[in-house]
Amino acid sequence: MTASDETAPAEFAERARPSAFLEVRDLKIHFPTDDGVVKSVDGLSFQLERGRTLGIVGESGSGKSVTSLGILGLHNRQNARVSGEIWLDGQELVGSTPEQVRRLRGRQMAMIFQDPLSSMHPFYTVGKQIIEAYRVHNDVSKAVARKHAIDMLGRVGIPKPDQRVDDYPHQFSGGMRQRAMIAMALSCDPELLIADEPTTALDVTVQAQILDLIRDLQEEFNSAVIMITHDLGVVAELSDDILVMYAGRCVEYAAVEDAFHRPLHPYTWGLLGSMPRLDRERSERLMPIKGSPPSLINVPDGCPFHPRCPYGELTGGKADTERPELRELEPGHKAACHLPLEQRREIWNAEIAPKL
Amino acid sequence: MSGDTTVSTSKTIQDAAKPAPEPAPEPRPQGEVMLEVDNLGKHFPVTAGLLRRQVGAVKAVDGVSFSVRKGETLGLVGESGCGKSTTGRMIMRLLDPSFGRITFEGRDITKLSRGQMRPLRRDLQMIFQDPYSSLNPRQTVGAIVGAPFRLQNIRTEHGVKRAVQDLLELVGLNPEHYNRYPHEFSGGQRQRIGIARTLALKPKLIVADEPVSALDVSVQAQVVNLMEDLQDELDLTYVVIAHDLSVVRHISDRVAVMYLGKIVEVADRAELYERPMHPYTNALLSAVPVPDPSLREGRERIRLQGDVPSPLDPPPACRFHTRCWKAQEICKTVEPPLVRLSPGHEVACHFPENATVSETDTVAKAAVAHGASPDEAPLADQD
Ligand SMILES: Nc1ncnc2c1ncn2[C@@H]1O[C@H](COP(=O)(O)OP(=O)(O)O)[C@@H](O)[C@H]1O
Ligand SMILES: Nc1ncnc2c1ncn2[C@@H]1O[C@H](COP(=O)(O)OP(=O)(O)O)[C@@H](O)[C@H]1O
Ligand code: SF4
Ligand code: SF4
Ligand SMILES: [Mg+2]
Ligand SMILES: [Mg+2]
Repeated sequence: MTASDETAPAEFAERARPSAFLEVRDLKIHFPTDDGVVKSVDGLSFQLERGRTLGIVGESGSGKSVTSLGILGLHNRQNARVSGEIWLDGQELVGSTPEQVRRLRGRQMAMIFQDPLSSMHPFYTVGKQIIEAYRVHNDVSKAVARKHAIDMLGRVGIPKPDQRVDDYPHQFSGGMRQRAMIAMALSCDPELLIADEPTTALDVTVQAQILDLIRDLQEEFNSAVIMITHDLGVVAELSDDILVMYAGRCVEYAAVEDAFHRPLHPYTWGLLGSMPRLDRERSERLMPIKGSPPSLINVPDGCPFHPRCPYGELTGGKADTERPELRELEPGHKAACHLPLEQRREIWNAEIAPKL
Repeated sequence: MSGDTTVSTSKTIQDAAKPAPEPAPEPRPQGEVMLEVDNLGKHFPVTAGLLRRQVGAVKAVDGVSFSVRKGETLGLVGESGCGKSTTGRMIMRLLDPSFGRITFEGRDITKLSRGQMRPLRRDLQMIFQDPYSSLNPRQTVGAIVGAPFRLQNIRTEHGVKRAVQDLLELVGLNPEHYNRYPHEFSGGQRQRIGIARTLALKPKLIVADEPVSALDVSVQAQVVNLMEDLQDELDLTYVVIAHDLSVVRHISDRVAVMYLGKIVEVADRAELYERPMHPYTNALLSAVPVPDPSLREGRERIRLQGDVPSPLDPPPACRFHTRCWKAQEICKTVEPPLVRLSPGHEVACHFPENATVSETDTVAKAAVAHGASPDEAPLADQD
């Protein structure tokens, strides 16, 4: 078992099996390096049910990809220190053997990445790769698997799938490769799909096609989806719930409507104020967050957002020294900030919302 | 001078057409035309074999025309590969055009030699997308930002160091960071260094190619605000190339939309976003994800099929016809000219969206002037 030193095995065993389909509890993923320990994920907890989509947003370096690789068990345990619990359909993954997790990958959970080439082999045809992936988990003949591959390529919108199945990845355009990777990821009907910036490298019209596709396939397969992106527009289009990440932690968690219409964390306000938006009258001036995201080797003391937060001073010095816990403030709505809830509501209503 | 920004390709059509009743024009930038691009094109030869025989050409930019007035910001949008960067690089004369003309402050600069361009380099500057690769990692910030002074042999009143420190302050960097190296800065700060270098010679026109695409959203907003402040303070004229339609709307006074090497629509910002006329512009706008979950139901969505065709062998006539839901026979045979339909609004489409009756009429006449038979002209299909 590889739970962290802080977690006593006895306590670990006592913790109840969750009822949620996916439950992540106090996940920490740290990388010891020559410059110090990179705390890429530092105490993350969330739940996700089948048929629901969780959007994880945050700027680059906030720990989104490390989280998704962690859930899939793809970190090399030689250089990553992983602790906490990840429960998938009643099975705990952090304490499982690599072999056990490998069996779940592809069958129960699958991932699509920003760069499809990273998950496709350049020397094999697209079809062969889907066929192989399918046959690892399904005891079928090559002919049956090939037919399944052609089916899947057709489903994700590849034209003439019976011909394109024999193409190599480089013969596909960027959008088609992304579709092919989705076909590969979905070929085994995974119950959990993690999409890490799946459309970031794509043009906006192709992005719209891919997002439609993910939405449709999710409805059809009733899978749980984690949509990771830095684009608030993308999460607003797809998600049921939103998790805002900053410096390896969740700073706000809410139903999508609450996250966009009643956010309770100054960082979320900052993200919303930074974005020029087409759905509003053009604002004369954007409202950026000052500074830039912190290094995860030297995460600021206290509230990790305090060096950039315009409201830090209102907490009487507390923000600089004491880390605010993630607290449930309303049913299903959590935020990590020292400011009194009433004051935050006032600031949002008076200062932020009118300027968006 | 008049508010006329009609490009040459559409002038002839305008002459042929009955003047449409024009809606009250909005106040438009009254500055003089600083940059004029006329039927500009770049075809990259494609060679094959040992003898490097030319077997074709990438029609990266294929006859674009627009003008930019002093003090305004022209946004150039379109999906990757449509020719935005190539256009920007030709304007900067970093690439030689295959055809067409570039006029800067009334002077034809299309064929100027390197030597002849040299004094103009002060006036024309470029900001790049990638602040990491455009800064020499072995030079200090002081050397990087001060380089243009040295290259152009410019005397500064209180010495180069002081001038550089003033520039650093101007773009919001600490002047004491003069001796630091690029790797000591964040992405947003590096973009500020790039901007400071660009400003060293007090340019008149800046072509910014995806200046904020590589930055995180919070930092992107800082740089956008900085560019706007500098424009006001230093009276700069911008051509901003970007694929993000929200960013372009925020910073541009006018916007040109490109598709496969052509401009399909140009309009004042408000007009383009409120009354997009080209089907491609409509599709682009409809594809932008909206950061408001309450709008996701019931939104009209236009979804284009497939991918952009190859610029090696673009579709004939209207290049968008292979993906356009409004395409008719005429779209495959007669290229729709870029026609000026209202002040500051030009569109290249036989069946524009959001068009008034008289605008539809103007389009029909333009099509006939370009070889369409009167009965296949759009007017016949509209009611
Ligand atoms: N293998 C690793 N070793 C050391 N640091 C890492 C490793 N993988 C990721 N990191 C660091 O973890 C932080 C979070 O990275 P990541 O999850 O990729 O961010 P995001 O996906 O939110 O942009 C970054 O600072 C990154 O440099
Ligand atoms: N040096 C070059 N040689 C050949 N083709 C090129 C060259 N530069 C750009 N292209 C091609 O020209 C087209 C337009 O490219 P570009 O101007 O970079 O588009 P954008 O900036 O809009 O993404 C693309 O198809 C691109 O592959
Ligand atoms: S705790 Fe303080 S610094 Fe942190 S987000 Fe809240 S107000 Fe800002
Ligand atoms: S000319 Fe025809 S094909 Fe081209 S955009 Fe207009 S309607 Fe569509
Ligand atoms: Mg990532
Ligand atoms: Mg480009």
